[in-house]
Amino acid sequence: MRLLFYFLAVAVPVLTLAGCSAAPLPTTSPGPTAASVSGNLTVFAASSLTDAFNGVKIALAAKYPKLTITYSFAGSSTLRTQLEQGATADVFASANTQQMDLAVQSGVVASGESALFAANRLVVVVPTSDTKVQTLADLAKPGLKLVLAQKDVPVGGYARDAISKMDASGQYGAGFSQKVLANLVSEESNVKQALAKVALGEADAAIVYSTDVTKNMASQVTVLAIPDAQNVVAAYPIALVKAGKQPELAQRFISYVLSPEGQAILKRYGFMEVPQ
Amino acid sequence: MVRSRRQGQSNPILMVGGFATALFVLFVGLPLLALLLRALGNDGFFASLTSDVALQALKLSAFTSAVSMAVILVLGTPFAYLLARRQTLPLHIVDTLVELPIVLPPVVAGVAMLMAFGRNGIFGAALAHLGIALPFTTAAVILAQVFVSAPFYVRAAKLGFLGVDQEYEAISQTLGISPWRTFWRLTLPLSWPSLLSGAALAWARALSEFGATIMFAGNFTGRTQTMPLAILSAMESNLATALALAVMLMALSVLLLIAIALVSRAAPWEQRR
Repeated sequence: MRLLFYFLAVAVPVLTLAGCSAAPLPTTSPGPTAASVSGNLTVFAASSLTDAFNGVKIALAAKYPKLTITYSFAGSSTLRTQLEQGATADVFASANTQQMDLAVQSGVVASGESALFAANRLVVVVPTSDTKVQTLADLAKPGLKLVLAQKDVPVGGYARDAISKMDASGQYGAGFSQKVLANLVSEESNVKQALAKVALGEADAAIVYSTDVTKNMASQVTVLAIPDAQNVVAAYPIALVKAGKQPELAQRFISYVLSPEGQAILKRYGFMEVPQ
Repeated sequence: MVRSRRQGQSNPILMVGGFATALFVLFVGLPLLALLLRALGNDGFFASLTSDVALQALKLSAFTSAVSMAVILVLGTPFAYLLARRQTLPLHIVDTLVELPIVLPPVVAGVAMLMAFGRNGIFGAALAHLGIALPFTTAAVILAQVFVSAPFYVRAAKLGFLGVDQEYEAISQTLGISPWRTFWRLTLPLSWPSLLSGAALAWARALSEFGATIMFAGNFTGRTQTMPLAILSAMESNLATALALAVMLMALSVLLLIAIALVSRAAPWEQRR
């Protein structure tokens, strides 16, 4: 995994910048022609990948008309639990390495198989109609309604890390972390639900991935950026599921996501390249 | 019973029925058995059962469902009585609509409640004016439970009241006994089994309420995280806790079912109808 990580960290940005569309990644087998790639591939992916992976699906459908991709989007930990309990899937894409490592530990994914393919950062979202939160410091205002993903969901953990980092920076006043967490009114099971509560105007603020603020959402929520030093960069690993029935198709999907073409799609949906 | 046993050999429908019954028992029984075995097989079953998250969820479920039941009994009983005793067109329409929450997906109920009573809901501004904000509160959990479980009680209570001959009530009142007293001393005791089984069903539904709650009330330990929500949250982090809570809810459901069965057995007039 580490090797792949370094390879990606160096090669992917270079290849992407070069705009090279037919990158010969080592994972890409010279394999069959487009027409012979057929079958039904099941991909378990973190909720935050919903839009980007649907973009990948469209691109792959144009490339391989006989390939059907079925996604199951949910919190990474839910997906990992489902896989451990025998759910069938070919590919697992997690929003953090922790859930991938747990999947490796339980034998769902072979060790050393996963590759980091994207990175994401956090933002604070507030309802467009709501003026209670103008700056990050306002998150500590008493009586505010803050919604986060629960702490076992990757983004929920990252959000709490970011709040601690903000607190440690000393820019937002004493006891910032404590005051912010005292405003927590709901721990949602996935990040899209947290965002929805803000879009509906029921909550005053939520911490979500920057990629969650899609075009549809942009009109309903206002984004407050979290400074890089206080932000948490989430790295997304992807891997073949051991029990998957179609390792070849799965590998093709993973290779595509890692290819410059796939990386360009992810970038279009707001993901960052995996940092070095 | 005797008749069916005698024909069992020759009637093919009964044979298919026997097969279907076995299939059904296995289909429903195996997952529940598996749940029980897995939960009890965990070393920390009792530790999980008494973990902070589990206890808080249990307490909240007990409290909210008790309040919900109080609301349902106090308001649902006279409501059901009216439906049983008066047949006007508007009441007939209401009677039909009462069952809507039973067939409505709970998550739809939750979204609908947000649209009505949420901060940006139709009545949100009016409620805010009164200083009331419902979403993310325990009150919202109770409202969600009442919404989805009241119909179970109202429907059963109405049937119970319909089973009490109106002649008796009329006679009682001609004897100079007040309508209140007649209701308490005559109608209520006669329809008791229906009321009780309806209440048990409603309580079971309130305890298991999930979709409307997570939509309308959110998910926060000790405030809005009832047992079903705690199970979902625990699935993300601690399977043992999720299993322990699931077993507890299953045990409660079984107890309620047994109670309903006992109550209806103790009421011969119920079965005759």
